[in-house]
Amino acid sequence: MNIVVLVKQVPDTATERKLDPADSTVDRAASDGVINELDEYAIEEALLLKEKHGGEVTILSAGPDQATDSIRKALSMGADKAVHLNDAALHGSDALQTAYALAQALGTVEYDLVILGSESTDARTGVVGAALAEYLGLPQLTLANKVDIDGTSVRIQRQTDEGYDVVEATLPAVVSVVEKINEPRYPSFKLIMAAKKKPVAKLGAADAGIDTARVGLANATTEVVDFAAAPPRAAGTVVKDEGNGGVQIADYLAAKKFL
Amino acid sequence: MDFTLTEEHEALRALAAEFVDREITPNVAGWDRVERVPRELVPRLGELGFMGLTIDEADGGSGGDHLAYSLVMEELGRGDSSVRGLVSVSLGLVAKSVAAHGTPAQRERWLPGLCSGALLGCFGLTEPDTGSDAASLALRADPDGGDYLLSGSKMFITNGTWADVVLLFARTGGPGPKGITAFLVPADAPGLERTEIRGKLGLRGQPTAQLFFDEVRVGADAVLGQEGGGFSIAMSALDKGRVSVAAGSVGAARGALESALAHAGQRTQFGRPIAGFQLVQDMLADMAVETDAARLLVWRAADLVDRGLPFATEASMAKLFATETAVRAANNAMQVFGGYGYIDEYPPGKYLRDARVTTLYEGTSQIQKLIIGRALTGVSAFS
Repeated sequence: MNIVVLVKQVPDTATERKLDPADSTVDRAASDGVINELDEYAIEEALLLKEKHGGEVTILSAGPDQATDSIRKALSMGADKAVHLNDAALHGSDALQTAYALAQALGTVEYDLVILGSESTDARTGVVGAALAEYLGLPQLTLANKVDIDGTSVRIQRQTDEGYDVVEATLPAVVSVVEKINEPRYPSFKLIMAAKKKPVAKLGAADAGIDTARVGLANATTEVVDFAAAPPRAAGTVVKDEGNGGVQIADYLAAKKFL
Repeated sequence: MDFTLTEEHEALRALAAEFVDREITPNVAGWDRVERVPRELVPRLGELGFMGLTIDEADGGSGGDHLAYSLVMEELGRGDSSVRGLVSVSLGLVAKSVAAHGTPAQRERWLPGLCSGALLGCFGLTEPDTGSDAASLALRADPDGGDYLLSGSKMFITNGTWADVVLLFARTGGPGPKGITAFLVPADAPGLERTEIRGKLGLRGQPTAQLFFDEVRVGADAVLGQEGGGFSIAMSALDKGRVSVAAGSVGAARGALESALAHAGQRTQFGRPIAGFQLVQDMLADMAVETDAARLLVWRAADLVDRGLPFATEASMAKLFATETAVRAANNAMQVFGGYGYIDEYPPGKYLRDARVTTLYEGTSQIQKLIIGRALTGVSAFS
């Protein structure tokens, strides 16, 4: 069972995140880069599947030089090797272009399963998994809160607002995971030291067979028309208890789909 | 000279910081109130590799150098000195001594467990009547057949009630340091009783005990190092231990500073954040400068250890300055917080209570000054 986990480096959500006014892309200098939180669940799930079924876990990340830090972190959680797709031509690629580039890069790796987080905390499009599956011509199983492998098939529980659907496909397949699926592990000092020696293949666009006319800001299929700083946090809702306070709170939470 | 951490040191520091922020900081006040950190933390720290730093992987350790160890101690000290102390004692004083002086059989018996956190160690040196004058300790180890019978008591023993093994210092010969021998005593040995010491000002989450030995029988294979060589084992353990306490104190000072900075930025008086007042900035600046200076002393001492050079005086300098810094920084943090610092919903009180013991244990500040003074003058104030 060889698994590829897609890892994206994103600006730390704990810091103030900014866009570059020049081209409306993420200002990477404005905050520290960290692994997209949902991708940590994807890594953990891959490691759990590897512990059960054997094989190798490969990290695939598309990003600039500093994405190396996130790749090392993923390797220090226990992944075996990594592929780093890094090319200036990819700068400003939108979700569809990124999916295309990742699909091309996956052509350099042998895999039975691709796992990724269901969305990233910066762009939040949530479409890369689906688009990737289309480019690869593979089944997509999204929003998994449970993944089981049985021989040549994969079965997931897809989380829905009401409960979950059971979805099954033959391998190879693309699976996206939600945060309810597991509890990501911490690295350990031994794994940090071991990560230093694990192979990281560096790929440029040409190495992956990426047509540079199809990627990058100039060729993007979507455009950021305008952006503005987030408004200051609005005042909260005050519930006055006039005998039905509990009901009001429950209604509020239900309206927000917390209940 | 380059103070930039290597990629691996930085990754280790970041791992320790993340663990502290997620697993320790949210629980600190609660653990302090119930006077207990969870015992399950020990194997968790072991999984991260924190219980086996600097110990060879062949002995079950995680490897790494003393700078790596100091970085982890700083982060744990920032989180909770009670947690940092568990590691300082079990790894820093006990496991390192076993690694340095143990026979292959002793290393095999104790080190894998101590380094994984499956086992915990405690360091039995201090007695009710001997603190700074450790060479006058009284606990007897009397030969009996090929065995020894241990009788006496030990005081203020960190990890005492939780420990699986006691690194015990006992008198096998005449008075003075040359009559002392080190033993590795299983904590379940018949005749060994342990009583928890309650009512501590700080380090409340850490189990501290008095140990009573009533003719506890151990074999000759329990002797660590040579008979009569115990005092030098204790002193060399404490020399390195001082780097660990100092590193933890840097973390505590930093934690106090960070909490004071956050509070000073939010707290408004006279129509503006108190961070803008010169007398508040005076305190914050003192805290920042002293914390950085203490860290540099720790890193120098760790570097000397790692390069196999003499480090005892530098370790005492680091311990003296870092622990006194932690006390001052916590006291300043409380001043910045005002009344809020005096209640345990906010960090300064615990930092202050925990820091206060660090100028007392593993050699008081006065003992550190006498060690430094002896190195400077060539004259020992002890004899």
